[in-house]
Amino acid sequence: MDFDFEKPLQPLRDKIDALVAKSRRGDPTAEAALAGLRKQLAKESASLYARLTPWETVQVARHPGRPTARQYAEKMCDEFVELHGDRVCADDPAILGGLARIGKTRFLLLGHQKGTTTEERIACRFGMANPDGYRKADRLMKLAEKWGLPVVTLVDTAGAYPGLEAEARGQGEAIGRSLLVMAGLKTPILSIVTGEGGSGGALGIALGDRVLMLQFAVYSVISPEGCASILWRDGAKAPEAAAALRITAKDLLRLGVVDGIVPEPEGAAHANPDRAIALVRKAILDNLADMMANAPVGDRLVEERFRKFSAMGKFDPKKAVKA
Amino acid sequence: MGWFTKTTEPREQAALPDLWHVCPACQAHVFKDEWEAALKVCPKCGHHDRLSARERIGLLVDPGSFREFGTEILPSDPLAFSDAKGPYAAKAAAAVKKLGTSESVVVGSGNVEGVRIVLAVMDFRFLGGSLSTGCGEKIALAIQHAIDFNRAFVMVSASGGARMHEGILSLMQMAKTCAALQRLEKAGLPYISILTDPTTGGVSASYALLGDVNLAEPGTLIGFAGRRVIETTIKQKLPDDFQTAEYQLEHGFVDAIVPRKELKARLAQLLAFRMK
Ligand SMILES: [Zn+2]
Repeated sequence: MDFDFEKPLQPLRDKIDALVAKSRRGDPTAEAALAGLRKQLAKESASLYARLTPWETVQVARHPGRPTARQYAEKMCDEFVELHGDRVCADDPAILGGLARIGKTRFLLLGHQKGTTTEERIACRFGMANPDGYRKADRLMKLAEKWGLPVVTLVDTAGAYPGLEAEARGQGEAIGRSLLVMAGLKTPILSIVTGEGGSGGALGIALGDRVLMLQFAVYSVISPEGCASILWRDGAKAPEAAAALRITAKDLLRLGVVDGIVPEPEGAAHANPDRAIALVRKAILDNLADMMANAPVGDRLVEERFRKFSAMGKFDPKKAVKA
Repeated sequence: MGWFTKTTEPREQAALPDLWHVCPACQAHVFKDEWEAALKVCPKCGHHDRLSARERIGLLVDPGSFREFGTEILPSDPLAFSDAKGPYAAKAAAAVKKLGTSESVVVGSGNVEGVRIVLAVMDFRFLGGSLSTGCGEKIALAIQHAIDFNRAFVMVSASGGARMHEGILSLMQMAKTCAALQRLEKAGLPYISILTDPTTGGVSASYALLGDVNLAEPGTLIGFAGRRVIETTIKQKLPDDFQTAEYQLEHGFVDAIVPRKELKARLAQLLAFRMK
């Protein structure tokens, strides 16, 4: 069992496990019963996942079994040529980048890389990028612009890395610069929040013409724990903060911050990573095809991107607080 | 992001006469008149105390030349946010009332030694100078004004980061302001960023460090992540000068550290290279 909220499914899962064992021992009656129970489990699981609280969604979004950027690059793409380095001082493994192809569609792929093995997770600081990562992203986005390729970014980070070297090399400047570069990029950008969209570290590669979110991803200005410890003075109030911050895909769609939701397989992406990857693949192909055919080009594309972000949090006197 | 720097409160002093100001950095007792005359810079230790947006504007622009705009932009409460201390809307409304500014930033145009500029000045007292939708709107409006009237844009930052009470929409103001700066850049107009204490979190990761020229006051705290968060993450003590203006100068992120009393003259000097 992955989560506490899945407890109601446990009796059914135990039953299925028992029947599987029975079936393996050669009991012919077991197989027939299994099909029905599996269907029932799928139904109950779907209904459970449809009712997740925001805090439960955070747990799902952080599940280590969700596909990582590298898995998307390798399993989703027919070709992926990884490109390394920021041309200043380092290659940050926390941001993966390279030239990618799905079918006939070629694009530049960027993504926060959280890692799958313990070793890899430590090496890429669990997907928390250093300034070098954002500078690598800038460099590769400019390359995409020059080569006439669209950019796809996969967003999955708890936030930019809070470290001594990160600060010494200008974490703030690097993220800010990345926003400036993306704002002026004359090639379409598609951003997909695949797991955790953690504050500035996420936004640093997410200033897209179109921004999508996976069904159980979250996207927030601050972690619920961080918010709870500041505004509630108690980190344990994270569930309350998660609800108050409005961080689920549905909330963000309603707030106009994301343009669409990419469905996840039954029981969420970690339950069936291959299926999740296939769904993201489809979303990329559909959206890029539409963007390449219909989005304006050059300065008009930049202008439209400006308008999109200018519209977020536009002042409405009717909604102002009463002073 | 979104964390707030604790203000260094002056320590409680036993019944001091009103004549004195106690320096929050060195606890020196300074005559109030002397303190004000020194622009709230401690004559003993050089500590630059925080200024309100209006004090800052008075310091930077020629007397009587400032024309404020964007005052119709007030805080909004798009999430109907409420925390342990109650509804955000009430807190924001109280800040407006108490401080007499419509948001955490004051924007307008004014003259700097005769050169007309557009100026945006953050006020740390307004909910920690946090970047909200209203604040982002006002800054974007100011940048557009600079483009429309062919003027230099001067930003004075003082902020603990994004305002978490407005959630993801606050975060998006980083994108909005940077997209506006991108247009300013395209228009070829100067952007001078003045970093004052503190400039941290989401503000440091959007417009604050993107100036054509970045100036900072001495001792200003400038950084992305909070000291405590970093110390907990890397499990080591950070150097005392970590994230100071001096540290940022050494690491290549600010062009110059300018004492408060020289700031206007330096600004005028820079503007003369492009706007005269
Ligand atoms: Zn002092």
